[in-house]
Order: sequence, then C-alpha cells, then structure tokens
Amino acid sequence: MTWLRLLRPGDWLLALGAALGVAASFPLLWQGGQGDKAVVRLEGQVFMEVALDKPREIVVPGPLGPTRIQVEKGRARVAADPGLRQYCVRQGWLSQAGEIAICAPNRVSLAITGSQSPYDSLSY
Amino acid sequence: MTPSVTELKVGADDVRIARLAAAAVGLSLVDAAIPMPLPGVKPGLANIVTLMVLARYGWSAAAWVSGLRVVAGSLLLGQFLAPGFFLSLTGAITSLAVLALARWLPGRLFGPVSWSLLASFAHIAGQLALARVWLIPHDGLFRLVPVFALAALVFGIINGLVVCRLLQEFPEEAPHESRP
Repeated sequence: MTWLRLLRPGDWLLALGAALGVAASFPLLWQGGQGDKAVVRLEGQVFMEVALDKPREIVVPGPLGPTRIQVEKGRARVAADPGLRQYCVRQGWLSQAGEIAICAPNRVSLAITGSQSPYDSLSY
Repeated sequence: MTPSVTELKVGADDVRIARLAAAAVGLSLVDAAIPMPLPGVKPGLANIVTLMVLARYGWSAAAWVSGLRVVAGSLLLGQFLAPGFFLSLTGAITSLAVLALARWLPGRLFGPVSWSLLASFAHIAGQLALARVWLIPHDGLFRLVPVFALAALVFGIINGLVVCRLLQEFPEEAPHESRP
C-alpha cells in the first residue's frame, strides 16, 4: 500500500534531479531581466546614463526645479520631484530592465535598462 | 522485441489496442474537464494508459494507443486540427521518442516513475518548442517554463506512481515483455 515503496533508486535520483532543475528554473519566472543601467532623460533627451553599481545621487534641473534621482546597487528611484502629484516618486525603487518612472510635469524620466530586457517598457 | 504482427495475432492485438486507446481517450476527456490555472498545464492522465501499455505490450503498442488517443480525443473535444491538437500531437511524439530510449534503462533502478517523469518533461519540451516556433513566436514564452516544469514534475511523479500501483494490482495475462 505504501506508495513510496514503488519508487526505485533511480526514480528517486531522477525525481530529485528534476526537482532541483525545476527549482533552479524558478528565478526565470520572477526576475527575468535585472537592470544594470539607469537612463535619465530630460525633455526627451538623454541627460545621463549611470550604471547601477554604486550609490550616488543625480540632480536633474527640470523646468519646475530640481528632480533628485537616487541610485543604489541594482536599483534606482526618483527621490524627490517638484511635480504636483508625485507619481514618479511614489513608484519607488525600480530594478527590472524596462521599468520606467516618468515625472511628466518636470519632463524628467528614469528608465532602467538591462542587457536582456524582457519588456520594452514597464510602468504601474 | 516488439510484439510480432502476424496475421493471426492482428485481431487480438487490434482489439486490445482499441480497448486501451478507448480508456486513454476517456482519461483525456477527464483531463480536459479538470479546471487548470494555465492552458497547457494538465495532469495528463491518459499517459497512465500509455505507460501501462509500454510496460505490458512494448513501445509500438504504446505508440498506437497514444496516437489513437490524440486523434480520437481531439475529435471528441472538437479540437481536431486546431492548435491544441498539434500541441498534444507534438507532446505525444516527443514523449514517445523519449520513452523509446527510457525503456532501455535498467529496470532494477528505474521504474515507471522514471518513465513518467521523462515523458512528461519531454511532453512539455516538445509543446513549448512548437508553441515558440508557431503559436507564440516570442522568447517571453520561456518565462513560463518553471510553471510547466513544476506541473511536469508533480504530475509525472503522480502518474508514474499510479502506473506502478496498477501494474502491481492487475498482473496481466502473459505479457509479451515486461521490460527489455
């Protein structure tokens, strides 16, 4: 009656190997393309491109005032923006390739790019 | 050795294959009736029959049963020549191809659970390949690989265990070959 007795040694081995393979494939589902670069645009022109390798801060002088962009290892966000609704600030940290935060009033955008981008653009 | 197809034996073999294929078709209807979160994720219950046939009557009988199941099952589900038909046909072909090799694994070490696992992974591999080439020509499809692989793992093991149990509980009359 016990089901486990039906398994032969090779079955265990194969099932274990398959389980490990499946587990190893799961990052594919969740973190597809990690971004490695942030592209900051002002008025549609590229203002600055920075690698997401060490913390730094970028101040972009937009028409309404300075937009502060904070970069950390593997992620970036709009830390402050003079815009009214603060959508781009509230979007928080961006890390996936293709993610973008747009501060429309101040004409600033922050986009994450990666070597392999699963999306053309991602916004929430 | 595959079962010999001499004139005298054809009748009995045909009847048996038809009976088993009918059982497989029935199971694939059950399969289709079970709600699943993603199209393509299915228990694949009909493969239980395929594996039992493989164990009892050899590979070519299994291929017949599997092929008949795909065609007759799709006719009953109204899927004949629709994308779903080609997906299950591809899955059946790739898993039969893998089973052709898998049944030469040493029987002391590898049982029906191994066959079932190999076949289920071959199944999704073939289907994903066809889907990528034909239905969804975008690499984004491969982001679903973990989901399909997990389903193949779980259902592969379960179906394999069911095959073991059925082989144990129903020792058949004079098998042509149990395992090469």
